Amino acid sequence: MKLLKLSLMVLVLAIFAMTGMAQAGTLQEVQDKGFVQAGVNGGVFGFSMPDEKGIWKGIDADTARAVAAAVFGDANKVKFVALTAVQRLPALQSKEIDILCRNTTQTLTRETTNGLNFVHVNYYDGQGFLIPKKLGIKSAKELDGATVCVLPGTTTEMNAADFFRSNSMKWKPVVIEQTAELSKAFFGGRCDCLTSDVSQLAAHRSVAPNPDDYILLPEIISKEPLAPVVRHGDDQWYDIVNWTVMALIEAEEFGITSKNVDEMLKSKNPQIQRFLGVTPGMGKALGLDEKWAYNIIKQVGNYGEIFERTVGVNTPLGLERGLNELWTKGGIMYAAPLR
Amino acid sequence: MDNALSEKVPFWLDPKKRSLIYQMFIFCMVGLLAYYLVSNTLTNLKRQSIATGFGFIQKESSFEIGESLIPYSAADTYGRALIVGALNTLKVSFVGIIFSLIIGTLIGVGRLSSNWLVSKISSLYIEVMQDIPILLQLFFWYALFYEALPSPQNSLSPFKGVFLCNRGAAFAVPAAHPAYKYMLLALLIGAITAYAIRRWARKRQEKTGQLFPVFTVSLGLIVVLPLFTWVAFGAPLKMNIPRLSGFNFVGGVTVSPEFIALFLGLVLYTAAFVAEVVRAGIQSVSTGQTEAAMAIGLKKGAILNLVILPQALRVIIPPLTSQMLNLTKNSSLAVAIGYPDFVSVANTTINQTGQSIEGVALIMTIYLIFSLSTSVFMNWYNKKVALVER
Repeated sequence: MKLLKLSLMVLVLAIFAMTGMAQAGTLQEVQDKGFVQAGVNGGVFGFSMPDEKGIWKGIDADTARAVAAAVFGDANKVKFVALTAVQRLPALQSKEIDILCRNTTQTLTRETTNGLNFVHVNYYDGQGFLIPKKLGIKSAKELDGATVCVLPGTTTEMNAADFFRSNSMKWKPVVIEQTAELSKAFFGGRCDCLTSDVSQLAAHRSVAPNPDDYILLPEIISKEPLAPVVRHGDDQWYDIVNWTVMALIEAEEFGITSKNVDEMLKSKNPQIQRFLGVTPGMGKALGLDEKWAYNIIKQVGNYGEIFERTVGVNTPLGLERGLNELWTKGGIMYAAPLR
Repeated sequence: MDNALSEKVPFWLDPKKRSLIYQMFIFCMVGLLAYYLVSNTLTNLKRQSIATGFGFIQKESSFEIGESLIPYSAADTYGRALIVGALNTLKVSFVGIIFSLIIGTLIGVGRLSSNWLVSKISSLYIEVMQDIPILLQLFFWYALFYEALPSPQNSLSPFKGVFLCNRGAAFAVPAAHPAYKYMLLALLIGAITAYAIRRWARKRQEKTGQLFPVFTVSLGLIVVLPLFTWVAFGAPLKMNIPRLSGFNFVGGVTVSPEFIALFLGLVLYTAAFVAEVVRAGIQSVSTGQTEAAMAIGLKKGAILNLVILPQALRVIIPPLTSQMLNLTKNSSLAVAIGYPDFVSVANTTINQTGQSIEGVALIMTIYLIFSLSTSVFMNWYNKKVALVER
């Protein structure tokens, strides 16, 4: 069934490759069809998961909404497709989706041999280990001989292999494709530990039968810059998605929020005037409406707002800003100037 | 005169030459089409800067695989990882086919039993197992394993040397000893001798009509020879018993929950279909045949072997082949429960190299090879048991 879906995508990719690329750019295609098609995870709370009313929630879902707001002036003109880790890259390559906002790690191979481009990072993450408290382990170095639950085809799988190899420890991976099935197997006791990006582990723990029975080990074994992805070779679309993420960060730095954005229109600050399109030029340069950044902030909010309502300390995930704090406040979120 | 006439016929009117030309034409068209598709795909993939070709097979895989029949580590190549996956698929399919044939035959015969209870239980089994999708059955068996069984620290031990826990089933196996190599040799010699005796006995029976107790003698050879070897080597009794060390059992043989769940799911599901095939085969032989055989004084075993089976098998084998193929193909559902079969390993490879066209092509090729070799073997067997029609 899943194989069928993957095969279909590959077939589409093959046909698409055979018949030659359509010459129209992605922006034109998106405008023609009237919505942005976004690939998301669908199983990670806080990143992209439908709530009980079927509304997509999460930092990745909101990033996709911001792109829709920039392109159409309407954050709801986006359609979400849930993809597994294995399906996600072929789906983008075969034009099934326009952007991939699926907590995907930026790597050299993916940008080169996979024919993809990552835009500005929307979440800085790192890989860790989640274990049951009763195991009584204090460090990942004590995991010799452990059975480890891991998602297939992810950088996680390779990082774990590298970590155990470099510490000359033995381990047994249990590789399950569906995120939900994987966490069921872990909480059922199939594995000694679950490894993934720390944010995802927090998400898994928040849906555990007894969240307090599990702890994160202190080691962070990798860098995981998670960023939205677009196809190689369409620079205009790349710019739009890239600057959408930048705008989210820039707005937080300017102190523009969804609540005060209308007042900010009257601001005397030339940078803010440029940002909100009061002084025209930025929108035209991207091939969008001059109100593009205004629409993003008005309808979706700035980066800080998104973070706090999806994964922040007051959500079940309870994540600190950490690296994802603005550079002015000790983090590394830093947007290039919009000018 | 015929010759003279045919010489005058121009080649476009000669049906033989004409069909040859047509075939050449079609062949060229297909070749050109294939060339067009392949070269176009390559140029366009290149334009999208997606890597092509099978060069990745030589590269280091850098991912680990849960279970493997051959030594494998993350430092090995993608090629070796794929072989590990193929062997895992082969392992579960091979063992699965054997067990589903045995269980399926028993249940199929059971359904025809005159014993009310046996026949009703068999029918119930067939109806239930056929109607539940196999993916659900796999999830059920897998969840049963990790939800119902305890952790390795408090594992169940139903028999001495057997441990059941949510990490799998660990068995004690005889510790390595040179005697076992010679026992295997003795078994081989026993089997070959038994085969020779059987041929000789049949020839003698055809000539003289005298019967020879082939079954008893063969059994004796196959069991006694290795047993004798074992005693001759001083009857080594040392066992390699699994013991808990750190997170898991070491020593003995451990079978993973993923394998057991996949194995149970495939076997129990396919056995229901095999049972129906077997029942249909037996019922296709009319009762008149049995009665006639009894009337000429054949024994029960002989009736089954000489009258019923040869006629039933030719009905049974073709659909049985397709059930065996189904089992092999269904084993690809392993990805859902984390058994590292070929599809699972190929999926990871596709994702890490980004070369999905090559990866899916490999998956198709491997399943094609498995299916074709099963078919070839079964067709050969079918020919062998088919009735010789006069």
